[in-house]
Amino acid sequence: MRRAVLAIVVSVAGLVILLSFRTHSSVPAARIQAAAKVPPLLAGEHALFGSVVDTVYGPVRVQVVLRSATIVGVNILLRPEETGMDVQIGQYAFPKLIGETLAAQSARIDTVSGATYTSGGYIRSLQSALDTRS
Amino acid sequence: MLVSARVRHAEPVMGTVVSFDVPAAARADGSLEAAVRWLHWVDEVFSPYRADSDVSRLADGSVAVADCAPEVAEVIAACAAAAERSGGYFTDSPGGRFNPSGYVKGWAVERAAALVSRAGSASHLVNGGGDVQCVGGRPRSGSAGPAEPWRVGVADPLRPGGLALVVAVADGAVATSGVAERGAHIVNPHTGQPAAGLASITVAGPSLALADAYATAAFAMGPRLARDWAGSLDGYAAYAIEPDGQTWHTPAFARYIAAD
Repeated sequence: MRRAVLAIVVSVAGLVILLSFRTHSSVPAARIQAAAKVPPLLAGEHALFGSVVDTVYGPVRVQVVLRSATIVGVNILLRPEETGMDVQIGQYAFPKLIGETLAAQSARIDTVSGATYTSGGYIRSLQSALDTRS
Repeated sequence: MLVSARVRHAEPVMGTVVSFDVPAAARADGSLEAAVRWLHWVDEVFSPYRADSDVSRLADGSVAVADCAPEVAEVIAACAAAAERSGGYFTDSPGGRFNPSGYVKGWAVERAAALVSRAGSASHLVNGGGDVQCVGGRPRSGSAGPAEPWRVGVADPLRPGGLALVVAVADGAVATSGVAERGAHIVNPHTGQPAAGLASITVAGPSLALADAYATAAFAMGPRLARDWAGSLDGYAAYAIEPDGQTWHTPAFARYIAAD
């Protein structure tokens, strides 16, 4: 079951060209807290938190919501929001990524060939969240 | 009987992310950490983006091969063999400057997997930016039966986020070259122009270093040459997707296509 969930991380990679990451200094804590408004968990759900990942457009952090082993939602805790491009990413790219993440769970695969994860703040944060599962 | 615990680790290195699926023992015995260290060492020595790497200094002519890490000579020899094998469609000097990156990633990931094997793991998988080395099949969940093949989805270059097919491989490598990865970045060394004519080509076989080099060469060839050439490779099989969605594969690829 777990492999299907983890495979999602790579199968959505093709969508994240917009989010090529770079390394720079860490994110001010205040911004993380300010952005962390997400829907409350329902009974039977639990959440995993991803790392803050820097992208060229700003930091990204996701939260994965699971019901037993199934991803039922992904919340963007931290998103770039200062420029026009950032707004475009928030309105277009993230919803598409989340949709693909949920859809990809049926693929029953261990990993993906041909999708680079060079460029994914979303991917990396999602991967880090899923990696916290033991 | 429970399947023994697994560890997933994703390491940003070599301009991509290398992801490991290994037994928990590989973390305890230090082999996962050793494999990660190896990848960072490869990056230091082989990165064309670091001015002080052996590869950059060799390309600048400021050092000789004998002054470099011995692995540099090993990679140069392997690139020469791949170039000869592919009629020059694989090159360690794309654009005329020494840059063996087209070989190094697959080679480094294959060796990272071997480091984990050497420490005793019989079942693991390492994926370097979409190039995958599988070892031993994945442990069967819920029973102590024999391992089942790893299932490697091949990204659909025409439908970002979707899969074109699923490849089943217990021991072996899967490498894909194509425009879905990072845009048109493979150049036909004979024309100097970006390679055209295939959306992606996936090569499967025992060694990721070779599978990766062969996929790069076949992509540079374009569909007509690639089909015959890939069909002639001993131990390696190819599956191609053309820009209009047509697909073909060499006869040897049939055994890699997952039935379900």
